[in-house]
Amino acid sequence: MNKHLLSINDVSAEDVVRVLDTAESFREVGTRVIKKVPALRGRTVVNLFYENSTRTRISFELAAKRLSADVINFSTSGSSVSKGESLKDTALTLQAMGADAIVIRHSSSGSPYTLTKWVKGSVLNAGDGTHEHPTQALLDLYTIREKLGRFEGLRAAIVGDVLHSRVARSLSFGLLKMGAEVTLVGPPTLIPPDASAWGVQVSYDIDGVLPKLDVCYMLRVQRERQRQQYFPSVREYSRLFGLTRDRVAMLPEGCLIMHPGPMNRGVEIDSDVADLPQAVIEEQVTNGIAVRMSLLYLMLGGAVTEEVSERD
Amino acid sequence: MMAPARLLDDGEIRRAVTRIAHEILERNKGADGLALVGIAARGDDLARRLASEITRIEGAKVPVGVLDITFYRDDIGMRAEAPEVHETRIGFDITGKTVVLVDDVLFTGRTIRAAMDALVDFGRPTSVALAVLVDRGHRELPIRADFVGKNVPTRKDESVRVALQEVDGEDAVYMDDRTG
Repeated sequence: MNKHLLSINDVSAEDVVRVLDTAESFREVGTRVIKKVPALRGRTVVNLFYENSTRTRISFELAAKRLSADVINFSTSGSSVSKGESLKDTALTLQAMGADAIVIRHSSSGSPYTLTKWVKGSVLNAGDGTHEHPTQALLDLYTIREKLGRFEGLRAAIVGDVLHSRVARSLSFGLLKMGAEVTLVGPPTLIPPDASAWGVQVSYDIDGVLPKLDVCYMLRVQRERQRQQYFPSVREYSRLFGLTRDRVAMLPEGCLIMHPGPMNRGVEIDSDVADLPQAVIEEQVTNGIAVRMSLLYLMLGGAVTEEVSERD
Repeated sequence: MMAPARLLDDGEIRRAVTRIAHEILERNKGADGLALVGIAARGDDLARRLASEITRIEGAKVPVGVLDITFYRDDIGMRAEAPEVHETRIGFDITGKTVVLVDDVLFTGRTIRAAMDALVDFGRPTSVALAVLVDRGHRELPIRADFVGKNVPTRKDESVRVALQEVDGEDAVYMDDRTG
């Protein structure tokens, strides 16, 4: 494993398998009466969240606690950041307090990378702007492997607001790395102009894609990141790209329905579709804890290395 | 490098397993409340063999679990890489049971210390005993085995390796001279 996890491209296909296999053991730990192991006793993990988050922050917090690490949650409101402290000074403060790993979420793409230049510990990207969200991709890969047993030759569609989605980027690269085929589906305004260079296919017609899928991955419409009008109305978006009952009927049997959450029920996914048995959205959340335990264990379970990375 | 010396062959291993099964039953006065938990890797295969011997002798089935002790090791953070993790599967409640931990080789005792820590996270056994195929000495903790296949005097720098049909394709115990 690399020291830092900034992008899914920091993880080789071989290491993806290692992360998922190790996560399997942590799933078992999650079924015990005492869901805690002493593996990372004495290590300190800091959750540094510059953006709102429920599931990712809690998931990382639980993961670190179940490994017996000490956890510090640092969010921008109610901290020195609201007094104007810069990312660098916050990082140096955490460094001085002896953080072994910093889990960072930030609205600026690339901020986790910048952080690696200032701190000695490992940096885990928990979502940076519209760039990447590698731990989400790994928990999605775990869920897909658990349900379908393989990646090679699987056909996945990632549907919706791809342009603003760090999940879509990380998951596309992850699926391609493991030998699956990926089609991005959405209105042309929400498909990144460079998508063809990713090695994926692009379609603007969801109904043409659905009948041959193994995985149908719906993205949240991220209105908080959209700085202009990308589609005429939510109603029209929902009619053209929402996963309705009628569209579910077009999916082959056994096709998984996934969503990274939080869901806009009735926009990208119909409320009753999200509750179907083939929708594995809650499993994704459960698996997230095990996958993050696996990552923290593999990244922090080795000997402590003291050097700050030299790149500038 | 000298060829590894064979300490036990397949017949000797089979007879040792049979004897240990008898000793466990004698000590426990039958198979009631008994459970076997093997330490991965190879301890779990030995535990399954002991269980089928116990069934053959006593006609009773005893539950068998497999325990991986990686997360409980005392040297995490001292090795370059995080140690590899194996499967843990204990599909029964150990509370109130007489649990026999099973491992292939007893050496420093650190694995058994970790196994006992791991075990109590699953419940509260009435008692915990230890069965090993080979005891090679050099304990670093106050731990001893209740059931031993063979005591082998060794130097600390030698290594004892157990091969089992299930994973290695043969039954044998070898001693390799690391300095040789």
